[in-house]
Amino acid sequence: MVLLAEHFVRSPQWTLYILFYFFFAGIAGGAYLVGTLLRLSGDARDEPAARVAFYVSFPATVICPILLTADLGVSWWKFWHMMVNVTPGDASLNFKYWSPMSVGVWALLAFGFFVTVSAFDAWMRNRGGGIIPMLVNRGFNVIGAVLALFIASYTGVLLSVSNQPVWSDTWVLGGLFLASGLSGAAALIALLIRNRPDASFSLGRLHQADGYFSVLELALMIVFFITIGAAGVVARELPWLPLWAIAVAGVAGSLVEARGHMRTQVAGGSGTVAGVRLDTVVVSVLVLAGVLALRAAVIFSAQ
Amino acid sequence: MATIKAGESYGFFTDTSICIGCKACEVACKEWNQLQGDSPTFLADSYDNTGSLDAQNWRHVKFIEQVPDQSATAGNGTAWLMMSDVCKHCKHASCMDVCPTGAIIRTEFNTVFIQQDVCNGCRNCIAACPYGVIGMNQETGTAHKCTLCYDRLQGGLEPACAKACPTQSIQFGPLAELQQAADVRLAALHSQGVTQAQLYGRDDKVYGGLNAFFLLMDKPETYGLPNAENAKLPSRNDLGGYVASAVTAVLAVIAGLVAFRRRGMG
Repeated sequence: MVLLAEHFVRSPQWTLYILFYFFFAGIAGGAYLVGTLLRLSGDARDEPAARVAFYVSFPATVICPILLTADLGVSWWKFWHMMVNVTPGDASLNFKYWSPMSVGVWALLAFGFFVTVSAFDAWMRNRGGGIIPMLVNRGFNVIGAVLALFIASYTGVLLSVSNQPVWSDTWVLGGLFLASGLSGAAALIALLIRNRPDASFSLGRLHQADGYFSVLELALMIVFFITIGAAGVVARELPWLPLWAIAVAGVAGSLVEARGHMRTQVAGGSGTVAGVRLDTVVVSVLVLAGVLALRAAVIFSAQ
Repeated sequence: MATIKAGESYGFFTDTSICIGCKACEVACKEWNQLQGDSPTFLADSYDNTGSLDAQNWRHVKFIEQVPDQSATAGNGTAWLMMSDVCKHCKHASCMDVCPTGAIIRTEFNTVFIQQDVCNGCRNCIAACPYGVIGMNQETGTAHKCTLCYDRLQGGLEPACAKACPTQSIQFGPLAELQQAADVRLAALHSQGVTQAQLYGRDDKVYGGLNAFFLLMDKPETYGLPNAENAKLPSRNDLGGYVASAVTAVLAVIAGLVAFRRRGMG
């Protein structure tokens, strides 16, 4: 028997600030993970792209608390109440492991530390010497990458841990946002290194990774629609089909580009275009638009 | 009524079978709590123009107008259902569950209260409340809802809405006494053949029990209340959400390692 969900809730009016926070959190977390994986590959030719990845994650992370604070409106100055309970007579640190918003605040703070150190280290390495020995740096990156995975995904869990239609009718949003953020981050890094000879080695590999992440994203999109279909709320997505079309176009662009690069590699990496390939700029912009559109469709369909 | 004592559970029993839709409760609530009310709007879909509970309406008399398109024959009319809706002060409160600041607390009267000086307007409680009770006050930047007249209780006074209700549709008192009164009223209605009458939130099937519970004349969904099957806490999705994220994370890391695996220098 299919249990159709009934909702009698009020919309939290999470709109543009939250949309862009979700976008930048996905890119920040995704870029940090991609940078770490590039570094872990052990190929020195990937190091320039890895540093670009850490550069990308820094501003994307910095903007996150700014957007979250702005979303509080006139109570913006009470942003720190997320971390400190100021109840008279009961002042203490706030941490609720069952509330993704509470966990997310602390995770964002910790991730900010890792991102800042990694970006500064990358900047120093580009000037002759890093601040952390490379072996230690890899361990540091791995710990940061765990936080990155959380930052890129918890926003979807946060939506699900509610009683809103669509959001609470599926368990897939965390994974979907993570796959989408990783795809967007890989596309953005590819966009930024496309004209850099020192990083050109990583371009095809980034597109290949983007393709894998997009396969994951596509699978999770299908699961998303199955779950909300079972809950009887799939009609809420109909007005947002244009946004879903953009998201799917981004996935399709990634897959076409990845397939082209993989065929080129199979052909011996000679540079011969063995499969259909699109321009990196076109693909990256399409993917990033898809990352934003996906989040917009999910956020607005419930409200 | 007896003296109001800290440490005892208090609440509302709202008997919708005797609500006449006068909205005296709405007015009394606004007057005591100094709520300005929303700008007047003509909703055009009901004789009720309050619309819904929000930051300015902590009580809302719902009109459920089951009016047939054709004239009813004698003895075959369809009733208007009226219900004075309010925060349910749930035992397992979804808003408290998710509040990241600790602003939402349980008082010494076992009611659910939003501390205005602690709330920072994140609106997570609004997303979580299954009854659409909580609203955002844009002027204060904080979430607002019924306090069950916390200040009046502290002063030994019953809530303003219950005090003003002319038909005693809204009854205030110790929860145990209200539950007994509800059982008696339900039995009386059933003995009169009003078999559709039912209690909502009297037992623990809905959010562990509601401090503000109701006698309804139709199924809960008709009044915009989730039934027991749909009354779930937001945290039910914690495990599934994180597991899906973790599985995706593992697959993504494997995918990345495959894409970035070491290759020859050629």
